[in-house]
Amino acid sequence: MTGLLRSVISRAYAESPNVLHVLYALQRQFLHISDEAVREVASHLELPTSQVDAVIEFYSFFHRIPRGRYDILFSNCTSCGYMAGGVNLMAVLGRQLEIVAGHTRGDGLVSMDQTSCIGMCDHGAALLVNGIPIVSLDVAMITRIAALVEAAMPLEDWPAEWFHVEDNIRVNGLLLKDDLPEDISLRAIFAHGAAGTLSEIIHSGLRGRGGAGFSTGMKWQLCREAQGDAHYIVCNADEGEPGTFKDRVLLHSYADRLFEGMTVCAFAIGAKQGYLYLRGEYRYLLPHLQTVLSRRRELGLLGGDILGQPGFSFDIDIVVGAGAYICGEESALIESLEGKRGIPRVRPPFPVTHGYLGQPTVVNNVETFIAAVHILRRGSAWFKAVGTEKSAGSKILSVSGDCAAPGIYEYPFGVTIRQVLDDCGAKNAQAVQVSGPSGTLINSAEFDRKLGFDDLSTGGSLMIFNQARDLLAVIVNFAHFFAHESCGFCTPCRVGTVLLKNGLDKIAGGHGTRYDLDEMQRIAALVKYRSHCGLGQTAANPILDGLQRFPQAFEQRLVHRDYEPHFDLDAALEEARQVSHRDDTAAHIE
Amino acid sequence: MIRQLTLNESDNMSADTKQNTITIDGQEIPFLAGQTIMDAALAAGVYIPHLCHRQGLTPHGSCKLCVVDIASKNASACTMPAVAGQQISNNTPALNEARTTITQMLFIEGNHICPSCEKCGDCTLQAMAYHLGMLDGHFPQFFQRREVDASHPTVMLDRDRCILCELCVRASREVDGKNVFEIAGRGTNARLIVNSASGKLVDSELETSDLAAHICPVGAILIKESGYKVPIGQRTFDLHKVSEIGLEKIVLTKVRQPDE
Repeated sequence: MTGLLRSVISRAYAESPNVLHVLYALQRQFLHISDEAVREVASHLELPTSQVDAVIEFYSFFHRIPRGRYDILFSNCTSCGYMAGGVNLMAVLGRQLEIVAGHTRGDGLVSMDQTSCIGMCDHGAALLVNGIPIVSLDVAMITRIAALVEAAMPLEDWPAEWFHVEDNIRVNGLLLKDDLPEDISLRAIFAHGAAGTLSEIIHSGLRGRGGAGFSTGMKWQLCREAQGDAHYIVCNADEGEPGTFKDRVLLHSYADRLFEGMTVCAFAIGAKQGYLYLRGEYRYLLPHLQTVLSRRRELGLLGGDILGQPGFSFDIDIVVGAGAYICGEESALIESLEGKRGIPRVRPPFPVTHGYLGQPTVVNNVETFIAAVHILRRGSAWFKAVGTEKSAGSKILSVSGDCAAPGIYEYPFGVTIRQVLDDCGAKNAQAVQVSGPSGTLINSAEFDRKLGFDDLSTGGSLMIFNQARDLLAVIVNFAHFFAHESCGFCTPCRVGTVLLKNGLDKIAGGHGTRYDLDEMQRIAALVKYRSHCGLGQTAANPILDGLQRFPQAFEQRLVHRDYEPHFDLDAALEEARQVSHRDDTAAHIE
Repeated sequence: MIRQLTLNESDNMSADTKQNTITIDGQEIPFLAGQTIMDAALAAGVYIPHLCHRQGLTPHGSCKLCVVDIASKNASACTMPAVAGQQISNNTPALNEARTTITQMLFIEGNHICPSCEKCGDCTLQAMAYHLGMLDGHFPQFFQRREVDASHPTVMLDRDRCILCELCVRASREVDGKNVFEIAGRGTNARLIVNSASGKLVDSELETSDLAAHICPVGAILIKESGYKVPIGQRTFDLHKVSEIGLEKIVLTKVRQPDE
């Protein structure tokens, strides 16, 4: 066993030295990472065993206890989650396979659990089986999946159409039209020179597409000017915000443009190495992305002396995450890239001066790099002519939820929510969650508000909820998400997100009072204003927005008593009833 | 003899370098380049509540007790560099209310048993609660199950009382020159783990003389066979306020004052 362990570790390590990749290889081969494996990894990579342990426990896709040979993870997002048309598909599969969520079946054949949004929101209910997505689930498919698992049918022999993930591009714009010849931007940057390239990006008014909207040109310039042994470029493809899937489509169908954009940035800031940090949920895209990278190397678009330009060398490696939303935060992403737990760093200093390995680093969203390519191809004026004064260019939206045509929509900045709702066939919308749970929840009176950094800033997600939706259930879902994804570093977020989750569960369960609502407001404000990073600072947004715009969703569930216990007294007696084999009336509290 | 922290020179403010100042609650305070707001405040004798900070160790910024408001923005005083002209609010009712809530969060997240805890009276978390006028935990207890590690001959680890401040993690790395502790897990499942093949303290490099064995501000890491040597009523915070500056050495070594 030790021999096999060591060979798996050394093979994985030779391919990529990142501890996440080594742990992935072990998880895949042995379905868990044993105590012995931890010690072997620590010794082979010369890391403390505690660091290996800490990394395993931090990421959702690594396990110390064996998973099944079929490891099934249902998304729990409100758009691609296991609740489909009021039916709990995870419970259905659980009954058919006689398995409880979070556990591995006794025979080791199958394990099942839920996981945060897997970015299949335009396809309805979705799951990952051994890391590969199956989309558009319904009860009939679940029944067939159960049978295939019981028959131990290899995944290659499962119906191929189940694994087919569509791009679903509904509206094309500046970036998605993509009708210019290959790699013209690289010729353009050589003509411009590094300073001229930077100047084009600055003049275009391009701002980061991840949602925060920092000036891309300024970021590149600060990084270029920062002193260091090396400069790095990191593409943040850790698209974890529930309801967001535009990067999935960009990585699938526009990977060349992305790598071209990273190359443009490398030229501008003087970097030789770039990294694509791909979320673990998108691992199925890895072979495709590797193929694109190989082809670009063969064409001389990556590697040494790119396109014959002497001294311009740049290459890109891909690092795959392992299930942690927090790694979308740029400094947590860098920590993860370095093979550590994804804990957001103290800022300042910022990554532009102290990023990967402490060196100047540009971290940008997938869409930002692609926008840079188009700016270099057509000029900053062309880009700036589109959008609004403060928000130049276009935004690619992931539209999901209650609409006829979920998918990818690209609009100039300044488009109204109403326009998007009309285009995607959303009828009777009561609310839209703009930019995912960390963004803004708006009501129908606000549908004329505009997307852009001056009004509704967005990383690209639009989740639509119609009149039939129970909005409180949506907000409860988001609260569970944040409590699950909090990294645990700072007190307000670590404890506060759990208090918010528990408080909402109490209200949704019909046990909340006015006092509980006031408490939620108070805790939410503390979490928002006192947390260490963007996760905590936005985790309470759905609750604060909900209380402000949809108070009736909370108030109609309240009980109007002066005192209501924190917990359900009768439910608390359940364990005692089981132990004493009683279930008579006297063993219950009304 | 416990391994000692060596403080860098900037902790001793000299009179001729007062060209740069920040303002905390209306009081002008000098600082040196490279100092944080906390460094400058402590050097000037101004107390900003804190649990995860200890001068000489890398600032952490995780407990969030030291939150201050700078104009309309908020920051952790222990990690935010002092910048000339900063207008800082520290001892305000709103900030102290936030600090009280954060302290309550720490109490209900763990299993804190003050009356029967050996650290009672020497515990900074407990002292902080008194300092802030906290009367109860307020929130429902989490009642988490956490493991005790009593394997080490002279040091014991009770994770029930750990507040994840990482002082022991940093002390071990930065002062003891070891790497005995680490945080594993995520969210409220985060927990202190030990760097040894078995994961037990007995197999680690921890020694009684390590700073990491003594620096715990709560009762999570305790020295065995020394319990209750100092009676309740004569302990650090029975005799001192947590807001006194320069108390670290007394807290660390439980050294009594000559007049005690």
